[in-house]
Amino acid sequence: MINNTITPSQIKLTKEDFVSDQMVKWCPGCGAHAILAAVEKVFPETGYKKENIMMVSGIGCSSRFPYYVNTYGIHGIHGRAAAIASGVKISNPGLSVWISTGDGDSMAIGGNHFIHIIRRNLDVNILLFNNQIYGLTKGQYSPTTPLGSVTKTSPQGTIEHPFNPGGLVLGAQGTFFARVIDNNVKMMTEVMFEAAKHDGTSVVEIMQNCIIFADKTHASISSREVKDEVQLHLKHGEPMIFGKNRDKGIRIHGTKLEVVNLGENGITEDDLLVHDQYEINPGVHRMLVKMKPPEMPVALGVIRAAKFPTYDDLVEEQIEHAKENSNIKTVDDLLNSGEIYEIN
Amino acid sequence: MNKKTQVIEREAVVVKFAGDSGDGMQLTGTLFSESAANTGNDLATFPDFPAEIRAPHNTIAGVSGFQVHIGKTKIHSSGDLCDVLVAMNPASLRANLKWVKPGGTIIVDTDTFEEKAIEKAGYQINPLEDNSLEKYHLIKAPVSTITRESLKDAGLDTKTADRSKNMMALGILNYLFNQDLETTDKFIDKKFKGKEQIANVNKIALRAGYNFAETIEALDSTFVVPPAKLEKGKYRNITGNIATAWGFLAASERSGRPLFLGSYPITPATEILMELSKHKSLGAKVFQAEDEIAGICSAIGASYTGSMALTTTSGPGLSLKSEAIGLAVITELPIVIVNVQRAGPSTGMPTKSEQSDLMQALYGRNGECPAIVLAASSPANCFYYAYYSAKIAMEHMTPVILLTDGYLGFGSELFKIPSVSELPDIKPPIAKPNDPDYKPYKRDPVTLARKWAIPGTEGLRHRVGGLEKENIVGNVSTDPLNHQLMTQLREAKVQKVAEFIPEQDIMGDETGDLLVVSWGGTRGSVMTAVKEMQKEGKKISHAHFHYIMPLPRNTKDVLSGFKKIVVCELNAGQFIKYLRITYPEFKYLQFNKIQGLPFFVSELTQVFNQILEEK
Repeated sequence: MINNTITPSQIKLTKEDFVSDQMVKWCPGCGAHAILAAVEKVFPETGYKKENIMMVSGIGCSSRFPYYVNTYGIHGIHGRAAAIASGVKISNPGLSVWISTGDGDSMAIGGNHFIHIIRRNLDVNILLFNNQIYGLTKGQYSPTTPLGSVTKTSPQGTIEHPFNPGGLVLGAQGTFFARVIDNNVKMMTEVMFEAAKHDGTSVVEIMQNCIIFADKTHASISSREVKDEVQLHLKHGEPMIFGKNRDKGIRIHGTKLEVVNLGENGITEDDLLVHDQYEINPGVHRMLVKMKPPEMPVALGVIRAAKFPTYDDLVEEQIEHAKENSNIKTVDDLLNSGEIYEIN
Repeated sequence: MNKKTQVIEREAVVVKFAGDSGDGMQLTGTLFSESAANTGNDLATFPDFPAEIRAPHNTIAGVSGFQVHIGKTKIHSSGDLCDVLVAMNPASLRANLKWVKPGGTIIVDTDTFEEKAIEKAGYQINPLEDNSLEKYHLIKAPVSTITRESLKDAGLDTKTADRSKNMMALGILNYLFNQDLETTDKFIDKKFKGKEQIANVNKIALRAGYNFAETIEALDSTFVVPPAKLEKGKYRNITGNIATAWGFLAASERSGRPLFLGSYPITPATEILMELSKHKSLGAKVFQAEDEIAGICSAIGASYTGSMALTTTSGPGLSLKSEAIGLAVITELPIVIVNVQRAGPSTGMPTKSEQSDLMQALYGRNGECPAIVLAASSPANCFYYAYYSAKIAMEHMTPVILLTDGYLGFGSELFKIPSVSELPDIKPPIAKPNDPDYKPYKRDPVTLARKWAIPGTEGLRHRVGGLEKENIVGNVSTDPLNHQLMTQLREAKVQKVAEFIPEQDIMGDETGDLLVVSWGGTRGSVMTAVKEMQKEGKKISHAHFHYIMPLPRNTKDVLSGFKKIVVCELNAGQFIKYLRITYPEFKYLQFNKIQGLPFFVSELTQVFNQILEEK
């Protein structure tokens, strides 16, 4: 249960409280089903009153989400979920606001709103379904499609350098970024809960599989055979260790991160970098989001959760301050302020 | 050293202050208007400034002006041609000479008429010396010299002293219009509150101007404009943009719905955003968005969440908002979109006014996408049309587009201050907690409005969105017949508003030879022209439209009573097209002006007379 200004539920809620009566129309085997399951698990865990949770989305497969979960919700227009959600949260900061969006919706057409909501640190949670493809329009490349990928609009391979969503979030001065894979519902649930707890814009990148148009796009890091060797699961306050036998770690060498083998050359856990998700300086977080195979593992879990004032809190503070200090208490006061000419 | 002067009484006078951007002409004009208002004149003002902040010194591009129309009778516009022009440099004279009445008074700062400035203004020879101003009453005032001289003991450098030149010029005007200096002092003190030294320097310059005027031979007569017989009450001078902002604040207070504005700065609408930003003590939440689209989308989010939601913009911004207006139409959420129109297309002429976004407001969206369209017609009534826009949006659960324009937004006039309690009620159809009958698209049988179920309310969780919804229950639907039904319902809901708005009024007889039709910001000049002709006994009447979509329910009757109809617009003919579609049974004539300028009364009367004469 999370303690903040959002009204708590008087009764203990369960997954069933959030299951919608609508038919879920994602393709069988789509990673989005797992995301929905995780969300239905997390919402009761927040302890919020169910009427105080609000889903907002744009356009795309990810954005059908509000219809599939029983909360208040808006299914918006392409790319604009962040802008719609900004109005929702500013209008009523007592709502827990969740955005479901995709790599096309928020990195391409909605890129502007995405960076600005993050810059403002508005207290909303963004679930970024990153399947590296445009699914609902049937298979064109997206801003996160790996360079050289053959898609319907890149028959000879893409010639665009993809965004690293974490890099973009931190570049926009993001205060919370986490990364998970859709085949790990447990981690997804934990990370979403952390996102809900964070005051500010929380971005959770979910590496999602599109079974139809980009199947196995994340297989090189998500498959059972390789995952232990290429995934680093971050835990706040713990040294960065990974590998099937937990024999590899990350340390800082000069100005770079490097992989070391524990026990070799006298290296122990004490030499490893200890994860500090709350560190204000984003330097190490930036290095962590950029890590990728083959040289480095991929960082998963909460990478950054730094404490900064939120836009919505500051709005309320200014309003409170103005109400206390201004002589204009009503519109009649305003109409009669300043230069008035009386005709008798 | 009092000289004998003749005091001439005038019913109304138009004064224009013109100078380089940065010469302080806007302030000078404002102080002059405040003085006039204080003596009980009715007034209207209009600033005329370039899009550039400080264009090159002494060029035509850098000329900034402020026109004031004061009168002893009701003033409906900032006036056509001016009786008095104050020109602070050669460029401002050259740019404004065509707006001076023959025989009008021109006051120039002779100090600025030096070779380089004359050349920069585009004159071949000094216009003060070639008799080209013969038909005007020219007053040559060495404004810079006198200002510097008067301030020589103030310990200021020349550049600082020159900043008070505008007050020296105002001093001349105060003399010319028999306005007392103490009143102007009061306004100077207010303007420079906390900067006593600046206030004092300005007062010295003001007196220097007044004394100069009193002594020169050229000013042997002065004017007086007696107080207007205005209705009893309290008044203030207000611009259209400020009035718009305040109308919304009043609507928020009366409806109990908190105000949310999502907006991106754009000329000439930015003042509304700036003004509402000031009023956090009234609970106004103002979000300066990252772009026009975010402006309206945040407003849609706020509307769903229960706020009285607004977005403000000008033409190019309205284009960017089109898709989102569609979202507000299909989700049937209340939102007001204010378009302070400017000359287009594209960036067009940002600081110049036009009425060319009417078709965009009516039809500029994908799909069958009806929205209410209203148009304010004077700076002061922007207050009321903002209020009515918010009332209609919330009570009928629909987007409303409020059209004003740069002329109304920047222009000012006296506004009779209402009491908020006198304004009509606003009662949005808010759904009650745990209402067992609540369905997202169940409608009120009279208005066809659906209920407003606000997040946080128990028992009303529901989803809205841009996909077509099944009637009543609100599930996503692609059923063919349902889509037709929903399209018809959305249209019918908008048409039903006609039953809730006033009937169209006619100024003049309900039958006659000519009906002049206009809408929006042209009301002042069109009405003045029609009144003039009515006085001459012509059978001419005026119907000015504030409600565009839907049109007032008696529109057809209004159009039926006349032999001829002429539609006057500051565009290439948009309202006329709309009338032709809606009431094809009538024959319409048109008069259009697309110059970024308002109508002049003289050109209107000329056209109307010509139409009356034609067989």
